[in-house]
Amino acid sequence: MTFMKMAASAAVLAWASAAQAQETLSMWYHGAGNEVELKLINEVISDFNASQSDWKVELQSFPQAAYNDSVVAGALAGNLPDILDVDGPNMPNWAWAGYMQPLPIDESKIASFLPGTKGIWDGKLYSIGLWDAAVALVTRQSTLDELGLRKPTVEQPWTRDEFMAALDAAKAAGKWEYPLDLGMAWTGEWYPYAFSPFLQSFGGDIVDRSTYKTAEGALNGDAALAFGEWWQGLFQNGYAQATQDPADRDGGFAAGKYAFSWNGNWAALGALAAFEDTVFLPPPDFGAGPKIGGASWQFGVSATSKHPEGAAAFIEFALQDKYLAAFSNGIGLIPATPTASEMVDNYKSGGPLAVFGEYSSKMALVRPVTPGYVVQAKVFEKALADIANGADVAATLDAAADEINADIEKNGGYGH
Amino acid sequence: MASKFTVSNRTGWLMAGPAILLIAGFVILPFFLAIGLSFTNQRLVSPNPTEFVGLSNYRQLLGVATVTLEPLRDDAGAVVMKDGEPEYPSIRSLTRNNPDRPDLAGMREWFSFSLGGEAKTFVLARDVVFMKAVVNTFIFVIVVAPVQAGLALGLALLINQRLRGINVFRAIYFMPVVVSIVVVSLLWRLIYDGQSGLLNNLLDAISFGLIPPVNWLGDPSTALGAIIAMSIWQAVGFQMVIWLSGLQTISPTLYEAAAIEGASKWQVFRYVTWPGLRNTAVLILIVITMQAFGLFAQIDVMTNGGPLDSTQTIVFQAVERGYGKQDISGGSAISVILFVIVLSISLIQRFLTREKS
Repeated sequence: MTFMKMAASAAVLAWASAAQAQETLSMWYHGAGNEVELKLINEVISDFNASQSDWKVELQSFPQAAYNDSVVAGALAGNLPDILDVDGPNMPNWAWAGYMQPLPIDESKIASFLPGTKGIWDGKLYSIGLWDAAVALVTRQSTLDELGLRKPTVEQPWTRDEFMAALDAAKAAGKWEYPLDLGMAWTGEWYPYAFSPFLQSFGGDIVDRSTYKTAEGALNGDAALAFGEWWQGLFQNGYAQATQDPADRDGGFAAGKYAFSWNGNWAALGALAAFEDTVFLPPPDFGAGPKIGGASWQFGVSATSKHPEGAAAFIEFALQDKYLAAFSNGIGLIPATPTASEMVDNYKSGGPLAVFGEYSSKMALVRPVTPGYVVQAKVFEKALADIANGADVAATLDAAADEINADIEKNGGYGH
Repeated sequence: MASKFTVSNRTGWLMAGPAILLIAGFVILPFFLAIGLSFTNQRLVSPNPTEFVGLSNYRQLLGVATVTLEPLRDDAGAVVMKDGEPEYPSIRSLTRNNPDRPDLAGMREWFSFSLGGEAKTFVLARDVVFMKAVVNTFIFVIVVAPVQAGLALGLALLINQRLRGINVFRAIYFMPVVVSIVVVSLLWRLIYDGQSGLLNNLLDAISFGLIPPVNWLGDPSTALGAIIAMSIWQAVGFQMVIWLSGLQTISPTLYEAAAIEGASKWQVFRYVTWPGLRNTAVLILIVITMQAFGLFAQIDVMTNGGPLDSTQTIVFQAVERGYGKQDISGGSAISVILFVIVLSISLIQRFLTREKS
């Protein structure tokens, strides 16, 4: 360990003498391996470095799959960068654990940002995103016409009965292998991101958000049981498959295997390329309003940073509309502000993906804002997979609620 | 007492030094840390101080209770039937918000059995997933150890011959061992694919379409079997090489003597080869058992413990809890339990296979 420290301090000395007046800010980013994304972030960094002479940002990127582990390991070794990026729902965990500090950015600068892009924990802003992501019910106009279905709108989404009638009609038509593609092949964060909004639309939740101290009643109350029975029915009645080939998730809708696909804006251009008449419908309303998940990757300042004002200056610099638009053009995500959206052909009003921005601003609900979310997401994922595979709904949800409660207790309430 | 070995053999210590340091740092130290942490509430990520919690992690993992329930009866006293089976009071009503049995709070049904009569005994566990992981791991070991050792011996006998090109066969059988287990698992996930996998296509072709496609990894009744089969195939080459080295230590003069005596092939194997392989057999049995208890990569890549916990294993649960759910103390407790299990089994094996004088 001391050897590592000596090597680290030698490295520190080396750059300190080279940089002199300018302070160097280190930055970690999760996009290694994605050339377009790296090019965009490097452009922001070189623009920032050229725009002033106080700070110089240096980027180190990690592959997404190893990013969270790297941050945890870096924090345990006392070796975090000044600026780091964080997946929205993970932020409270890192803030609570003391990896991050509040982000000193003026509220008015981000007033027009989509709600899902703001990482707020304990009443303070910790992270801010340049983009958000959204999910929609993807289908074709010709499918709706053929099955004689009303096209749902933001004002009037499908009710549960209308949604199930649509699935029934698709099943009866016999044209598709399955009426609905939920993306069961995408294990991991997809489950809580994409499926917990269904539970919330039924009136339940992963955890009771009024206190964040218990999941009892939220995850296993009447609304959650109704959700669980509905969820299990999707698989038992042949509307969707519980285990899915990853290739079918990626290409199944385009190959005509599914009538409807529950998928994100990042896959939207591919769907449009496959079928010109692809439409992106709002989520059904199961009683407590239509809901989709919100929050994607965001930027924040590490707790150990010696120059939080420099880190904040960089993040503020990156929040310019032109960068928001550039990221959206490059990797297809929803720009965080309406003005930036107008600069992107796909998302400007009337653009093919503009509806995603509308869903994101009107229906997005961030995942539970608690340090315990990291554990709760895993518990929720397992419960949904088990129920899909035929486990008893009430017993599974009870066990999930118990496990979440035990974890909250073990962590002294996670600071709520 | 300063023996010659510890004092004057500086070069020896110098040479062993790097390995000893690495083993001490990455094996021995974590081993004692795991034992220590399993008695605390240590988290992977937390600002809270670590506290000593005694045996609570072990109680949480190993807690088991039984309840015997009488079937529900209607007003006339007849047993209520549901789907042709007598219906019993729901376990949920016993284990949740039940002031009469606070000891059952949070427990779940593991399995149930009936010892004749109408009453049914339900075994409840505090951590059903862990219990299933223990059972699955034992099933895995009990099947893999003898089958893999047997197949490996068969292969070793086959390739222990002076034939042209025998090295080609040796290389083929050994190849899966050299390939990373993660890569092998990814490939087998494609082979086992429920719709268009190689295995399903093969079965379809040889049965002329009579065998319908099976969702090997998606069906709780086949998932563990599928993983057992591919695990046996993957490591059989390694055990084969150990058997082979054992076979080649048997003196050829014994075989010559057997041939002169006119022994049949079976007699040669039974009275020359097998006794000569005794020590190798002990080694292989212990190696396979220890490796099999460590089953993790295949699960992590292929099933994540599902469907319905049918492929949960002890090591997968330790990693899932320690890192996935950030509960280092829980993961440590599982590791300690695994250590005790493997140690006891190895001791039993040593005792059973000891040299009887």
